[in-house]
Amino acid sequence: MSKTNSAVKKPSKMKSASKKKTLMLTTMVLPGAIWLLLLRYLPLGGIIMAFQDYKIYTKAPSFINNLKNSAFVGFKNFKFLFATSDTWVMVRNTLGYNLVFIVLGLVISVAFAVMLNEVTHKFAAKTYQTLMFFPYFMSWVVASYFLQAFLDPTRGLIPHMQSNMGVTVTDFYNNTKPWPFLLVLCNVWKNTGYSVVLYLSAITGIDASQYEAASIDGASKWQQVLYVTLPHLKTMIIILFIMNVGKIFNADFGLFWNVPLQSGPLYPVTQVIDTYVYRAMTTTQNYGMSTAAGLVQNIVGFVCIMTANTIVRKVDPDSSLF
Amino acid sequence: MAKSQAMGGRKRRINAVSVPTEIIIHIVMILFCLLCIVPFIFVIIISFTSEESIRALGYSFVPQSLSTAAYKVVFDLGEMLYRAYFNSFYITILGTVLSVLVCVLYSYALFRRDYKYRTFFTFFSFFTMLFGGGLVPTYIVCKQLLGLSDNYAALIVPLLVNPFNFIIMRTFFASSVPEELIEAASIDGSGEYNTLFRIIVPISKPGIATIALLNALAYWNEWYTAMLYVPNDNKHIPLQYLLMRLQRNVDNLKKMAAQMGAEASKMMKDMPSQSMRMALVVMVVIPIAFAYPFFQRYIIAGLTVGSVKG
Repeated sequence: MSKTNSAVKKPSKMKSASKKKTLMLTTMVLPGAIWLLLLRYLPLGGIIMAFQDYKIYTKAPSFINNLKNSAFVGFKNFKFLFATSDTWVMVRNTLGYNLVFIVLGLVISVAFAVMLNEVTHKFAAKTYQTLMFFPYFMSWVVASYFLQAFLDPTRGLIPHMQSNMGVTVTDFYNNTKPWPFLLVLCNVWKNTGYSVVLYLSAITGIDASQYEAASIDGASKWQQVLYVTLPHLKTMIIILFIMNVGKIFNADFGLFWNVPLQSGPLYPVTQVIDTYVYRAMTTTQNYGMSTAAGLVQNIVGFVCIMTANTIVRKVDPDSSLF
Repeated sequence: MAKSQAMGGRKRRINAVSVPTEIIIHIVMILFCLLCIVPFIFVIIISFTSEESIRALGYSFVPQSLSTAAYKVVFDLGEMLYRAYFNSFYITILGTVLSVLVCVLYSYALFRRDYKYRTFFTFFSFFTMLFGGGLVPTYIVCKQLLGLSDNYAALIVPLLVNPFNFIIMRTFFASSVPEELIEAASIDGSGEYNTLFRIIVPISKPGIATIALLNALAYWNEWYTAMLYVPNDNKHIPLQYLLMRLQRNVDNLKKMAAQMGAEASKMMKDMPSQSMRMALVVMVVIPIAFAYPFFQRYIIAGLTVGSVKG
């Protein structure tokens, strides 16, 4: 091959090589992209239902035909949604529980991670970590049985003990009072181990010399936690916080659905937006209104996460999520 | 600090907490660990409790008499139980393999700085974490347009992609794969797929294992997609959903067993229904409990790296 020839060919060769690379990498993205397109982007079109009196088009029932032939009703679904007293209850429950979960989860997990880091006996520390991570691997269905073992009205441990002691037996699955506490307990039970692992890994990443320096300067253990450990955890705490705040309108469906065994009398304290949407969709088949509820939930969630991220970016640009 | 540790466990670190404080820490930890593990132990005990003892004492940590009757009945469920077990394993294995494959492919392309559409596809997946159509449109699209109803696909496809895993995986690649390696491979004339599967995947095994285990756990514990897409189809339901149906009502089991052609009449006569449900719970948890030590090591290792900002 002569010199001039190769000099002419080279750029075009490189170009085709880079084209081929782009093509190959695009084929890699494709399976995931198609999934996202079909299962995440396509449903965005279904948001139209929130503004419709969605009805099955009996002549040729299919999603597209139903959409085409359902009448537009503007914001009627939203008006109905906010007119019901259920709405206030489920918004209160969703926000209230999530707020408690976020704050309590943060405090308990950080505290446990700090404590676990101080355990001198390494085997004990490992064992504690292993045991407290266990519930994270259980589904809410299984967890509901665990709780039933203690609360079942006729055979459960607690009602049985109550009747043995001659105290009035608590009918747990019909009594709303204990549930706010029980649901928080279940959430802490299941998720603490996971966050402890996260925080602990961040703590063990801190250079030991910093603690030694602090201790030589006369800092107490408590001061070391305040001035060395917590500042190091700041980024992680902020990231997890933003993510949780962004999801503050999304409840953990399994917890609120399975753990109270879908007991009707408990709805005032267990109904959250997610369970409401599911119930509205399956029992009353009110697709328009349940889509509207889901849409409000998503818009508010979107605004929440954007706001949280913007605030964080202003305060500490390195900690922001995007 | 390392020195004092090497000198033996008894010698305390210079900067350790005081002994009373450490004792308090141990007490708090032990109490919380008991809270985490005792419910499972309790359920195991109940599953081995005889029906008479349950009638007399209720669920108790110290039952009057033990019995394996519950497990006998569970195994007598025959076809229905095996089917649910098979479904759970099938969905978990196939789902994990597919979801890991999709995840590795997608996140590898996102990891490549020289990929032309990197920014677009990063946003394409990230956006879905911020905003979505909600349950109802997703349900209708899946069921009516995509045909995800009463089949295995309905239990596998909805969990196939998790954009968060893309971020974790991409971070893994970024932290374990030097970019020169890819350049070197491409100069040597290695194709993109060859580079990925022969060079990148072998050195990213810990990361892939983490994603695989997280996905396997999600598939094994799945009841939500079953509730949505195969609610009345006994042929495809996984264990978790079977269990969910028995939450309030053991009678469901009779109906279902009859539909599956089990010897219902024989089985249902003196069914130890209470301990039986708990036996079923134990059998759902057992595979996780066995895999758990292995699981948690990888997941902890994975979370430690993956938790880095995406």
